[in-house]
Amino acid sequence: MKLVVNGELQEVPAATLAEAVHSLDLGEAKVATALNGEFVPARARASTPVKDGDRIEILAPRQGG
Amino acid sequence: MLVTSNSVFTLYGVKLHSRLMLGTSQYPSPAILAEAACASGAEILTVSLRRESARLKEGQDFWRLIRDIGARILPNTAGCYSVKEAVTTAHMAREVFGTPWVKLEVIGEADTLQPDPFGLVEAARILSADGFQVFPYTTEDLVVAERLIEAGCSVLMPWGAPIGSGKGLNNVFGLRALRAHFPEVPLIVDAGLGLPSHAAAAMELGYDGVLLNTAVAKAGDPVAMARAFGQALEAGRAAFLAGPMESRDMAAPSTPVVGRAVLT
Repeated sequence: MKLVVNGELQEVPAATLAEAVHSLDLGEAKVATALNGEFVPARARASTPVKDGDRIEILAPRQGG
Repeated sequence: MLVTSNSVFTLYGVKLHSRLMLGTSQYPSPAILAEAACASGAEILTVSLRRESARLKEGQDFWRLIRDIGARILPNTAGCYSVKEAVTTAHMAREVFGTPWVKLEVIGEADTLQPDPFGLVEAARILSADGFQVFPYTTEDLVVAERLIEAGCSVLMPWGAPIGSGKGLNNVFGLRALRAHFPEVPLIVDAGLGLPSHAAAAMELGYDGVLLNTAVAKAGDPVAMARAFGQALEAGRAAFLAGPMESRDMAAPSTPVVGRAVLT
């Protein structure tokens, strides 16, 4: 599956958003996700399918003012 | 107005003792950030959300640092230029940080980083209706402030000057008018402060607190500057409560004129 993860096109073995996050080794991390610009809560990742060309954003805490 | 209590103020039902809210960006090191946060006495730290690298996992390290400091978290929507971006970011932040608080930024112009007041009000309305407790980064514009209150905001955060500029209070008249117009609304000067004297000036106007980042993070000694800001806030607040004298255009002798010797 070719997905655009945080702006980079990657081959990700995943059928759902949860599998994608897990295969990127962020399954246990403190992150929030969006699919094609829409927020997907953690509880909904497993029931959210992904398809070729989907854009995924995986965000984590960072410095801010 | 007689004010007798200085110790506690409240933001969205949360009682706070420190009137300083500190940003967590641009420090020389994580250790200096932690030390500066403690030295400032700030009970609220602002944070953001950014893309997480599976390889570096920087965000996880940062989160452990912030969690260990133990302050209350105010996530921002920095860098958002549209209502949709800001609202989506706020939802993501609520899940990650487990707080309904959000420092709402809808930026309208890249050079000044000034807020887009139209997008700000719209996003504030959407988020407030969805249970968020919104801290809007706004200007000193009175009408926008009215709209933000109507949209559900119980706190207003007008800028002092453009973010990161260190210019201080650019429009003291406007800030004073805002304070007078909203005597009961917590008002925080957010952005543009460069010196502790700027923070003290905001407090002397009767503002409830200040939010700053660059002035501490980019100081030669951030820890010492954080402490200095904390002291300035206390002094400024105490001065406000003490009731500053009215300024005047002409001199007035402070030493009695009566009884002056004639020595000519």
